[in-house]
Amino acid sequence: MKVLCAMSGGVDSSVAAAELVAAGHEVVGVTMRLWGGDSDTGCCSIADVDDARRVTQQLGIDHLVFNFTDEFDHHVVDPYVAAHAAGITPNPCIECNRHLKFARLTDRADLLGFDAVATGHHARIVDVAGSSRVARGADAAKDQSYVVHMLAQRELARTVFPVGHLTKADVRARAAELGLRTAEKPDSQDVCFITHAAGRAQFLGERIPFRRATVVDEDGQRLGEVPAVELVTIGQRRGIGLPGGGAKRYVIDVRAGDDPMVVVGAEGDLADRSLWVDRLEWAADPLEAPTDVMVQCSAHGEPRPAVYDSGVVVWHEPQRRVSPGQSVVLYDVTNTWVHGGGIATRSLVNRP
Amino acid sequence: MVPDNNEPELVYLDHAATTPMRREAIDAMLPHLDTAYANPSGSHRFARQARAALDDAREVIAAVVGCAPGEVVFTGGGTEADNTAILGAVARHGGTAVCSAAEHHAVLHAVEHVGGRVLPTDELGRVDLDALAAAVDDDVSVVSVMAVNNEVGTITDVAAAAAVVRRRSGTALVHTDAVQAVNWLDLRALTPHVDMLSLSAHKFGGPKGVGVLVVRGGAQVAPLLIGGGQERERRSGTQNVAGIVAMAEALRLADEEREDENTRIAALRDELVDRLLRELPDVRETVPRPAKVAGSAHVCIRGIENEALLYLLDEGRVCASAASACAAGAMEPSHVLAAMGVAPEWARGAVRLTLGRTTTAADTARAADVVIAAVRRIREHAGARSTARTA
Repeated sequence: MKVLCAMSGGVDSSVAAAELVAAGHEVVGVTMRLWGGDSDTGCCSIADVDDARRVTQQLGIDHLVFNFTDEFDHHVVDPYVAAHAAGITPNPCIECNRHLKFARLTDRADLLGFDAVATGHHARIVDVAGSSRVARGADAAKDQSYVVHMLAQRELARTVFPVGHLTKADVRARAAELGLRTAEKPDSQDVCFITHAAGRAQFLGERIPFRRATVVDEDGQRLGEVPAVELVTIGQRRGIGLPGGGAKRYVIDVRAGDDPMVVVGAEGDLADRSLWVDRLEWAADPLEAPTDVMVQCSAHGEPRPAVYDSGVVVWHEPQRRVSPGQSVVLYDVTNTWVHGGGIATRSLVNRP
Repeated sequence: MVPDNNEPELVYLDHAATTPMRREAIDAMLPHLDTAYANPSGSHRFARQARAALDDAREVIAAVVGCAPGEVVFTGGGTEADNTAILGAVARHGGTAVCSAAEHHAVLHAVEHVGGRVLPTDELGRVDLDALAAAVDDDVSVVSVMAVNNEVGTITDVAAAAAVVRRRSGTALVHTDAVQAVNWLDLRALTPHVDMLSLSAHKFGGPKGVGVLVVRGGAQVAPLLIGGGQERERRSGTQNVAGIVAMAEALRLADEEREDENTRIAALRDELVDRLLRELPDVRETVPRPAKVAGSAHVCIRGIENEALLYLLDEGRVCASAASACAAGAMEPSHVLAAMGVAPEWARGAVRLTLGRTTTAADTARAADVVIAAVRRIREHAGARSTARTA
């Protein structure tokens, strides 16, 4: 098989390429240049491209660099900024996977005659009743099925996750065994287009005007104010301009309308009985009847049991509120493979 | 080139990036890497031998350039020569620098670095002479005008641009980046109009990492490198004797063969481009042939992405290029095409095929085959996708 392996310069994608080579595939490594601005981690800094290139040289395969900066701005950075402006908490890594790795890159691979695209994600692809599904990786602590949940049959047929069956320790051991320079490289964290030095506030501040918001309690009584409603997230406890002492208060709603408001309440006020999900995409057939599922709402979040019914997740037990904009991924009841997923919407009306 | 396995021979059409070294140049440099290794600044007979080789090379180069031997300053390549001209002039005389937006980055970024003035070009990438006249005043210490554009091959009338500068300022130095000119233009006709001129050996059959800045007459620029005071204190550092000797030999031969090669290569280029224009719709010659050098076959192909095209050409063993690559190796949108006002849907499909001394008719014929097949494949793929979407 001729495989185009997306290589970020990290250890997982390095070993992904090595595994494909070892399995006898014809492999070409590609590093996507995604972000044209400053970067200190992530997939686009020059040092990372150098690492990816060096690994391909060690493996004896070709290395390409594709410049997808325009698409990255359009599909990832601009929506990220727009979401914050609207008081929503987006997940840019998922949008990058959806629009860049598993759309733009797979399309390019198709054009150039590759049979499949590989990435270093810790996820697997399994067969369920005759159709392919994204399944959790072998290393539960490193599982990344959440961020690749959007893959449907067309993409799954042409996607390979060569390290999905390995633990992170196995991956590092394999890299060390091969003498790859990425063997000890730390995992990337955070959003790749935002530097540690500048941080999220500065990044957003250079792109959108921040608006003051009134902090109110549930009865609408004014408690204080915050300088930027765009930087407030549901569940947040610190940095909302309230004096210490007294009962702990949490952000339970962010209203970024004409009169921006941050609503705070007790921790118990964050508990929701259900969650409304929008923009659902399914791996195979949509779930039509009410179905028992396990639901995960953040990259490292704990999956919780629920019933999914027509765009609504009804929790078995009340759950801490999910910020609008977060991806909601529905796993099968054994918490093994993905039915599909969507985006959390505002669901304030469902408190227990 | 030697084919490996059963693959077709590699077709090398990236001569503007670098052109293979001439055998004679390699032969000329080898003794200086091997037995004649002395430092030319030494005070013994062995050093004097190296010094003589250096001075011989300087004379050969001066004769081809049309300047005095003492006006030849050896550098570590074209970028250093360009940087010295711009940064050195501003460091020495103060004031600011001027160039067009289509210059090579070695000039453009140096001018930007000193906060200089970057001027618009015409639709062929030549500096706009009205803008030049308006931009040059007594505060300008150096103006740089490239002789031949590295991306699209456009020849600029440097004499005319220099005349504009002279009319506006009695003190501004005129520099020309002639790195891409050597194989095609007679430098002797260019040099009298300028104060400084840059060359790079690996563009005409010499080695990489060696070049020349010609600094004429009373022109003065501060050195970028200070130290031992070599090159009459205009560029410190032990001279790269082997590289310089090879550069001189390559330059001598390039000059000797220039007229014949212009005729031969123009014919090959014309065949190549004519086939592309004939067999592919929506292909445009970026610059008309009379306005550019014989080795340049730059075309824009609408509706394709050159990143994908270059991969298919590489797979077909044809070495070509597009615009310059960024530090990470990714293709950047061309600043030259942007300056020329080429619309993005054409600029995205820009491909630079550059011919040189080793190019044969078989090379251009196969390159045309591979380009045509690749473009058709990309367009069919795009067509299939849009059909799938609307279905």
